[in-house]
Amino acid sequence: MLVLLGIAVLVVGFLLRFNPLPVILTAALVTGMAGGLSLTETLAAFGKAFNDNRYISIVWLVLPVIGLLERSGLQEQARALIAKMARVTAGRLLLAYFVARQITAALGQTKLGGHPQMVRPLVAPMAEAAAETHHGDLPDVTRFRIRAHAAAADNIALFFGEDIFIAIASILLIKGFLEQNGIVLQPLELSVWAIPTAVVALLVHGTRLLLLDRRIAREVRNDEGRGGIVEVSEPQS
Amino acid sequence: MITLTWVYILAGLIFMAFAWTSLTDAENPGRLKNAAFWGLMAISFLFGNYLGDLGNGLLLVGLVLIGGIGGLGQGRPATTSPEERQSLAARFGNKLFIPALIIPATALLGTLVLARIDIGGRPLFDAKDPTLIALGLGVLLALVVGAVLFRPPATAPLQEGRRLMDAVGWAAILPQMLAALGAVFALAGVGQVVGGLVADIIPMNGPLIAVVAYCLGMALFTFIMGNAFAAFPVMTAAIGLPFVILQFDGDPAIVCAIGMLSGFCGTLLTPMAANFNVVPANLLELPDRNAAFNGVIRAQAPTAIAMLGVNIVLMYLLAFRF
Repeated sequence: MLVLLGIAVLVVGFLLRFNPLPVILTAALVTGMAGGLSLTETLAAFGKAFNDNRYISIVWLVLPVIGLLERSGLQEQARALIAKMARVTAGRLLLAYFVARQITAALGQTKLGGHPQMVRPLVAPMAEAAAETHHGDLPDVTRFRIRAHAAAADNIALFFGEDIFIAIASILLIKGFLEQNGIVLQPLELSVWAIPTAVVALLVHGTRLLLLDRRIAREVRNDEGRGGIVEVSEPQS
Repeated sequence: MITLTWVYILAGLIFMAFAWTSLTDAENPGRLKNAAFWGLMAISFLFGNYLGDLGNGLLLVGLVLIGGIGGLGQGRPATTSPEERQSLAARFGNKLFIPALIIPATALLGTLVLARIDIGGRPLFDAKDPTLIALGLGVLLALVVGAVLFRPPATAPLQEGRRLMDAVGWAAILPQMLAALGAVFALAGVGQVVGGLVADIIPMNGPLIAVVAYCLGMALFTFIMGNAFAAFPVMTAAIGLPFVILQFDGDPAIVCAIGMLSGFCGTLLTPMAANFNVVPANLLELPDRNAAFNGVIRAQAPTAIAMLGVNIVLMYLLAFRF
């Protein structure tokens, strides 16, 4: 039971809104020592695992490319391209990205999307531009909501697409776990059962993305109402 | 043979450049901290395998102290103005998309083609990590193509990369650090304790309650760990296998496949899944990026909760029928 103290540290740390880095370090030390390791043993285990997981941070390699393209006008060009397409709305654009991301993930190509590579330089600015084409300048709350939805579409499409592919890590983990317990299954027998959830996810999130357009329109209308009052008190020269 | 070590060296050199350009950035009052933070990351990528386990632990403590107390500063490298970007965009047009698409295209090509090439009987790529190696290769290729097409100043990629890296800040190491925390949890046996607890508290007196307990348990433990992979063996060993599959005769493929997807619903809701939920909030510069439940998580929450319900219904309807 004592080993659960680490989870308590995490929960309290998040609730008190401390910086997560020292909270996670404390949680690791508390858990290891509650589990019977010494301080240096825990620190060594934590350090080894950090070193073994360096591949997770490889994704930052793309930042020099993305930065170079941003300074050369990538986001502006992405916006200009979308502004020419009158029928594209923020919700429809995100839905199109969602479908493409879900299909490619189902074919095993999980690296085709992602936040540093696709969402920040392309998807989010394009969705913002689509909303601006229809509504003009956006209130901040709407702009940030669209950006958050761009990231959310990437995550949700990935999660409910990738398990349809037979060689994805989670399917192999399930296969390995069941084998250890004497149940032998082929990856394909597992991955077909990810399809029903994937279809419902497309319906649920697709509907939400189309409703996002109405919400954007409503927020812009409400904001214009407020803007009108400001103009009365501060007439333009 | 090209191995992951080569990519680590490339990453180490880039972090080194971030550290050096931070150090010489007079505009950033926190430049010493930024330089030390990215410098430690460079050491980790270049020399991590030679530091020993305790050495890596101490390096991590250093990162936590520098990044976690007071935070990092935001570097202000010289970049183009919005007006300049407009005119550059007009000049370069759709050529701007070419380098951006080279990275995923190379990752795709690398995984499908390059990973199968042999030179004199030896594979060109280490078969364990073809995608990550291809990603490194794609970055280099995109930089060369970008330099030829747009003729930026020589240091522009590193300075612009640092601008984005500083926008992510200390959150850059969160995903890697949370993965390491998961390893410590596994070592201390946290999963077994949680699984035993859930199985003890909930009376498994019917297939429906077993399915609900398994799916909710997967989501909840994933929420805590930030990773469905950590939750799956624990919750399946505690509830999925003994109750849903063995006692109530559920189909193992359906139970496990949908159980994993229930865990993913937890991933969409938790700040512990830093690479999916925290990093994008930083990259997109959301104003609430430091809140426990930032805009990304709140945008995902309705779908995640609905899908958890859908998974429970699907498992209950399908698992005992096939």
